[in-house]
Amino acid sequence: MTPVRPRLTLLEPALIERILEEALALLERPGVRVESAEARRLLQAAGASVDARGTRIPESLVRDALAQAPHEFFLHDRSGTARVRYGGDSVQFDPGSSCVHLLDDETGRHREAVSRDLVRLVRLCEALPQYDAQSTALVCADVPKEIGDVYRLLLVLRHSDKPVVTGAFTADAVPPMVALLEADAGGHIALRQRPRAVFDVCPSAPLHWTQFAADGLIRLARAGVPAEIVPVPLAGATAPPTLAGAVALHAAECLAGIAIAQLAAEGPAPVVWGGAPAIFDMRTGTAPMGAVETAMLDVACAEVGKHLGLPTHGYLGGSDAKVLDAQAGIESAQGLLLGALGGINMISGAGMLDFLACHSLEKLVVDAEAIASARRLLDGVSVRTDSLAVAMFEKTGPAGEFLKLPETRRLFRLEQHLPSNVIDRGSVRAWEDSGRRGVVARARARVAEILDGHPFPPPRPDDERERARMAVVGPLAARAGLDRLPAA
Amino acid sequence: MHDGLLAAMRRSILDGDPDRSAALAREAIERGLPPLDAVRHGFVPGLDEVGEGFAKGDLFLPDLVMAGEAMKAATAVLEPELQKTGARREILGRIVLGTVRGDIHEIGKTLVSTMLAAAGFEVHDVGVDVPAETFADRAREVGADIVGLSALLTTTMTAQRDVVRALDRDGLRPRVKVIVGGAPVTRAWAEEIGADGYGEDAVAAVSLARSLVGR
Repeated sequence: MTPVRPRLTLLEPALIERILEEALALLERPGVRVESAEARRLLQAAGASVDARGTRIPESLVRDALAQAPHEFFLHDRSGTARVRYGGDSVQFDPGSSCVHLLDDETGRHREAVSRDLVRLVRLCEALPQYDAQSTALVCADVPKEIGDVYRLLLVLRHSDKPVVTGAFTADAVPPMVALLEADAGGHIALRQRPRAVFDVCPSAPLHWTQFAADGLIRLARAGVPAEIVPVPLAGATAPPTLAGAVALHAAECLAGIAIAQLAAEGPAPVVWGGAPAIFDMRTGTAPMGAVETAMLDVACAEVGKHLGLPTHGYLGGSDAKVLDAQAGIESAQGLLLGALGGINMISGAGMLDFLACHSLEKLVVDAEAIASARRLLDGVSVRTDSLAVAMFEKTGPAGEFLKLPETRRLFRLEQHLPSNVIDRGSVRAWEDSGRRGVVARARARVAEILDGHPFPPPRPDDERERARMAVVGPLAARAGLDRLPAA
Repeated sequence: MHDGLLAAMRRSILDGDPDRSAALAREAIERGLPPLDAVRHGFVPGLDEVGEGFAKGDLFLPDLVMAGEAMKAATAVLEPELQKTGARREILGRIVLGTVRGDIHEIGKTLVSTMLAAAGFEVHDVGVDVPAETFADRAREVGADIVGLSALLTTTMTAQRDVVRALDRDGLRPRVKVIVGGAPVTRAWAEEIGADGYGEDAVAAVSLARSLVGR
């Protein structure tokens, strides 16, 4: 008997149809602001009408693109083994991307992140089995902005074997990043056959594909690199105030991206129905990533993507708290759990604080526990024995000493997730003896335990793969005025 | 020359396999391995390893209990042989153990009982909801070195004090030591009622009992 897979459903099928109807209507009126000449050319050649007010994309064009978009693809680890499945109801997790700040555990302050922080974060993520993929999690302030994107990817490739969720802040960064991935994979054919990375590409709400986003998307599609389309509608500010309305806008922006990618690729281009939607907080003017409505938007958007048979992505597991406190715990666990129940293929955001501006290594280990709980929930209630209870009672007698049953010893490990010592299940005496450590202290200890146990020297310059990587990054660094990269 | 057999004994405890440990105990007798050597160098090292694994968090309560069961099965086979040869297994001490009056919780108490017995104590388990006088009477009867008191509830924990008083009244202390345990019990509580120690879990209870009898 297969266990029931717990599932969260927010949209009726009829509502999904209405959302798609309105999304398609938005693509025709008012249409999409497409700032990339190449994207406009592709769309126009396929039947879109382009004028000064915008690009109007007819439904038939979108339908053709949807028919061409793959329903499934895989990301691979360094060895070329498929590790992440985009498609169906797979649920996978990666740390949030591109934070500029790090919560410094020693000072308690948010400070600019540097190379060393990213390497530590990558090594930590590498050691935590809850994370299926890495992300280019931190923007490193100790290298020039011009090479920031490719440099972040370099550090991740150096220190990880896992698949990578990445992205670029400029369209020009895409070609060198693709070249770097090819160098790391051993050539462009190897990369096409066994992609290791997916790129986040973000349209700007409402209905605006900037030149950088659209050109980036085209380049990725042509290189055969999977793209995660990540609209960021803010319900009440850049999107309608209702959740259903924001989901419709999100769908329109995704559909426009899918059309551009499929037209550019001249063949099926792997794309993800992604997103980082949020409500807009009317007191502070912020975009709370930890709000329950934000999680509802992610789940609802993914439902629309699933309806279309597309791989999905969402941004959950981040918190708006500034430190690792109870709010961070509530918001992150809630988001991760709801995203998992929504069956979202890739859930990005763990480790993040302060909307999506700040990362925390300690939070990454705490969030890993929430992810483990969510996974356990998805496994559901299994029937593992022929008789549920009767036969065991016959063995134990009416006293029912189940601790003495061999079945208990065998089955409890299958039934119970065993948390790390970040989660306190000991007695109050043990807590007293530990010096009354709270979750932050326990997380700090776990980070130290993992990182101190795994030294991470920079790669040897004579390593073949490193030579190939540096053949791409070295000249770019030199052009950016950097003779030597930070030791990482 | 019995190295393989001794290793298999250790393994049977780690695997928590009472059938196997009993079979190995019989094999030891057949092959002329002195029963005391079988216990000391075969089964006990397995038990120690399980205790250490549990303390480190690598092993779990079912492992502990099953190891205890396997130990019991082995000693049940070896005990008559020991008596025959006159080389009785040296017991570490005699313990009267139970859950105090008003409290019917026995999981913790039984765990401690299993582990103490497996470690080589002679355990007299008097059950649950036990009046203070019963503890005292039984302690006198068997010549106990230690009385162990379990309580799960803050409301019943106070009955541990009654047992200490009963033992005092009967003049059994300080020769008979008192150890206390259970969810609400703290070191401070143990001190307050004049007990001789408390253990955090079944493994700690064994080391506590050992230290009280000077082993």
